[in-house]
Amino acid sequence: MKERCRPLSNPNIVSIFEQLFTMDLPQHGYRASAKPRARAGPHTGDPLLFADTSSAAPPMNNQGYYTPGYSIGGAPVGGPADAGVNNLFADPMASAAMMYGSSLANQGKEIVNKEISRYVSVNKLKYFFAVDSKYVMKKLLLLVFPYTHQDWEVRYHRDTPLTPRHDVNADDLYIPSMAFITYILLAGMALGIQKRFSPEVLGLCASTALVWVVIEVLVMLLCLYILSVHSDLSIFDLFAYSGYKYVGMIFTVLGGLLFGSDGYFVALTWSSCALMFFIVRSLKMKILSSLSHDSMGAGATAKPRLRLYITVATAAFQPIIIYWLTSHLVR
Amino acid sequence: MAFTLYSLIQAVILCVNAVAVLHEERFLSKIGWGVDQSIGGFGDEPGIKVQLMNLVRSVRTVMRVPLIAVNSVCIVLLLLFG
Repeated sequence: MKERCRPLSNPNIVSIFEQLFTMDLPQHGYRASAKPRARAGPHTGDPLLFADTSSAAPPMNNQGYYTPGYSIGGAPVGGPADAGVNNLFADPMASAAMMYGSSLANQGKEIVNKEISRYVSVNKLKYFFAVDSKYVMKKLLLLVFPYTHQDWEVRYHRDTPLTPRHDVNADDLYIPSMAFITYILLAGMALGIQKRFSPEVLGLCASTALVWVVIEVLVMLLCLYILSVHSDLSIFDLFAYSGYKYVGMIFTVLGGLLFGSDGYFVALTWSSCALMFFIVRSLKMKILSSLSHDSMGAGATAKPRLRLYITVATAAFQPIIIYWLTSHLVR
Repeated sequence: MAFTLYSLIQAVILCVNAVAVLHEERFLSKIGWGVDQSIGGFGDEPGIKVQLMNLVRSVRTVMRVPLIAVNSVCIVLLLLFG
């Protein structure tokens, strides 16, 4: 337990996220071990929920963030926390208020979980976030240089696809969401370097990028439905494959910032080619190979062609949108 | 082209409205997209036109009543906030 509870050292939102999500969750199913940790969480994590300025407890430098119950929420309970806890319990009003507050927070958490699980299946979503740092490294390398990868088949384990932790070909939602946030920060930095920054532009950039991904996912869903492609691509898979372009955008913007306009175009061509290759190889497995059991006569000849058109059109859309979303950042 | 989420919502509402105003007997039957012309391929490959006709018919059936509410909200918002 000790080596997992290292304190959150860097009070930066992005790195807090990274430290929370790249910690290795235990292998035997984090659902089973989440419950005892969640029950232990509020007890040791009480000083984390509320920044207590009333008592004389020394302020802890990694506060202010409500860590979710199943991650390593009991992390920064060290020496200073014991003195703080003893101080708080000496004052009955403060401890009563804290109990009430923590029960209220638990109730709120239950309600939020219930509402969210009505719209989004949380178990399916957890599959996409079951990553570790080795997978993230390999996937990022694959997104930048996919030409030497041999086997693009998603491996299965008794009918369910393997989690991204065990299979580098599985798609995840961790990299797209992190890359989206990094892209927003990088856009802010690029605009700030050119003295064109204002907070509204940042929000506009973020919502524009998000809206383009949503549009692409909706168009893909429409095409897949119209062509009656019975693949196992769920809506989260489509979000994942659309979100991988954020990595290309980050690479392009970095190239533009570091090496000027020439670097921008070189990075743009490199990331476009790599991303196109990646998308075609990945989607070929999912879309084109799902017709292996269809055995129609004359109608079957039209289908592989249309499916190929979809795959190629998706791939060709990526460089366009990368250019569209990054060219105004690098003048 | 800078999008906000609200402009995406507006675009989606407009598209769904466009699909919902297609009249069954005045228009869709005239161009061969009526309900009675889609009972066709019972194989497992319905074809593009049949899928589109099914999509149009289901959007019209499902979204008719919610669109009334959504359009009213949109109109009120546009009147109040421009």
